[in-house]
Amino acid sequence: MKRVTGFILCLTILIAAHPVKKGYEVGDTATDFKLKNTDGRMVSMSDYKDARGFIVIFDCNTCPYSKVYNERIIALNEKYTSKGFPVIAINANDGSGDTYDDMVSIAKKKDYKFPYLFDETQKVARTYGATNTPHVFILTKELKVAYIGTIDDNARDAEAVTRHYVEDAVEALIAGRPVPLTKTKAIGCGIRWKDK
Amino acid sequence: MRTSSVIIFLLFICISARAQQADQIKLKDLQQLINKPSDKVQVINFWATWCAPCVKEIPLFEKLNQENTDVEVTLVSMDYDLDPNPEKVYRFMTRKNLKSRVVILAERNPNNWIDKIDKSWSGALPATLIINSKTGKRKFIEKELHEGELEKLLEEAGK
Repeated sequence: MKRVTGFILCLTILIAAHPVKKGYEVGDTATDFKLKNTDGRMVSMSDYKDARGFIVIFDCNTCPYSKVYNERIIALNEKYTSKGFPVIAINANDGSGDTYDDMVSIAKKKDYKFPYLFDETQKVARTYGATNTPHVFILTKELKVAYIGTIDDNARDAEAVTRHYVEDAVEALIAGRPVPLTKTKAIGCGIRWKDK
Repeated sequence: MRTSSVIIFLLFICISARAQQADQIKLKDLQQLINKPSDKVQVINFWATWCAPCVKEIPLFEKLNQENTDVEVTLVSMDYDLDPNPEKVYRFMTRKNLKSRVVILAERNPNNWIDKIDKSWSGALPATLIINSKTGKRKFIEKELHEGELEKLLEEAGK
């Protein structure tokens, strides 16, 4: 009994002393998820038998950055699904405008051809370390994180973009080259977390 | 007819005179503000008119600014990234009757400069930077602050 208590104590100290990891870094292996899509079905990455990787995007209905990037996200999916890198969008935001019903109506209105998943417990967003929307995680088939960041270098004007970070990363993965820029940052709406 | 146009003209003058304005600054100006030695504790809040949690926490910074002479509050608007027209920021300042100093960071391509403000910043709004140049302490927090949290951060920065 004493040994068990000692073991538990040790374990507690170990866990407590371990620094809290804030999501994934490039090179980490991501965990799969099982989340409800706007069509009511559950979606996991393991469902995609033919995918060569994934463009996972933490998005939002109401964020102005999500709005300016919406067409670009649709275009990414159109361009890369056939090349084996489909878009999977996830909404983890808590609050009005971002309920499951709101997601269903935006997916219908915009005719999303990709899943728009409801991360109700926010567990996936926390595990991945998503912070602001839209926040992109490009994964390989083996779920290795190859890129974390923003879509391109010009939120305001899609026509004036000079660096297409996500496209450059996916093209590199398709060609078997190293991803030129694996991490970028952008101003964006902080994910609205539930009060802990 | 002439009288009414004069009245409209006068009204217009009154309204435009009342509208508050903010300086547009570059990254180097912001860095200067961050690094300048000061007797006051610098509280720099990053916000935008479109950001609901930012708008919600602004009264906390306004209160801090009005009640503490040993603190210098700067509200850095990040609206420029999406909209270069400052009118929205001016209107917001006027509507909320902001007393704290407001500046607009007029820089593009945030990937080039977010790390230069703070390495731990993802770019999400709101975010707040507290610098005590006397103790050399610096605090950066990326979330909406609630009543009491700002004071706690200031204490940690050795105010």
